[in-house]
Amino acid sequence: MKLLTHNMLTSHVKGVTKGYPLLIKATEVKVSEEEFNPNFVSRMIPKLEWSALVQAADGLGHLQDLPTELIADYEANEDFLRKVHRVLLEVEVLEGCLQCPESGREFPITRGVPNMLLNEEEA
Amino acid sequence: MKLKELESCLQQVDTFEEPKILLEQYPTSPHIAACMLYTIHNTFDDVEGKLVADLGCGCGVLSIGAAMLDAGLCVGFDIDDNALEIFKRNTEEFELTNIDLIQSDISSLSSDAYAKKFDTVIMNPPFGTKHNQGMDMQFLKTALTMATTAVYSLHKTSTRDHIQKKASDWGVNMKVIAELRYDLPASYKFHKKKSVSVSFDKL
Repeated sequence: MKLLTHNMLTSHVKGVTKGYPLLIKATEVKVSEEEFNPNFVSRMIPKLEWSALVQAADGLGHLQDLPTELIADYEANEDFLRKVHRVLLEVEVLEGCLQCPESGREFPITRGVPNMLLNEEEA
Repeated sequence: MKLKELESCLQQVDTFEEPKILLEQYPTSPHIAACMLYTIHNTFDDVEGKLVADLGCGCGVLSIGAAMLDAGLCVGFDIDDNALEIFKRNTEEFELTNIDLIQSDISSLSSDAYAKKFDTVIMNPPFGTKHNQGMDMQFLKTALTMATTAVYSLHKTSTRDHIQKKASDWGVNMKVIAELRYDLPASYKFHKKKSVSVSFDKL
């Protein structure tokens, strides 16, 4: 599970009003090189919840020098885009779970795949 | 990448070992997948460098194709453990890193889950032939909330008018891009018709 994907995941357990962001509890994390596409990264930024991204990266110990606030005029700032690229696409959670901030319900992550299925009582 | 190359690569994708009939599991044929993706990429430029979702991804034929055509990231969604396991194996064999997977039930997603998060949605949804009537329309409705640019989907030709009507109700443009003949595999023993024409529509 990449952090770009994590950024869009919410808990929809019945009754939960604020199931975002999901807290990452990782037992295995992998970092691998990914081809850098500045246009793609630049276009993804407006769709992101920036603070959730920072929180996720920090929780995994991979924040490094990513700014905690989104900078202005990032489109042309290659240096900044590279930092975002690393966090969005190169850090992957392979094992662990995602915890709903409101209900505490844990969604397991196995071999990089988060299981967001709810059981009958929760749906 | 040429169409023939893409099709030939997709022929190497491992598919369902024990297809679950109730989930309407069957692999999208490499030929259809290649034609579909090739058109989406070359005619509409909706794959390369885009955030793509594949709803009901199964073993990942469409996603793998999208990844090979350099999608920025392709996220596959499926409900079934076994399918996702095979999909995972496929991404490892093809050494593709621009793919992610989420295990979820598309038909029970809330309307704002993933809303406008993706550029493009591609899919070969369940047709709703196995006690799950209307499933294809549910997938379509959800896909439309998720995509900001376009949804590319395969449907039975016989449902085209129905989809057209729904599309206008929902305020979206629908266009038929191609009509293809698809022979469903013999694993589905009790299918009455051997071949189903499907058209895929840009919405």
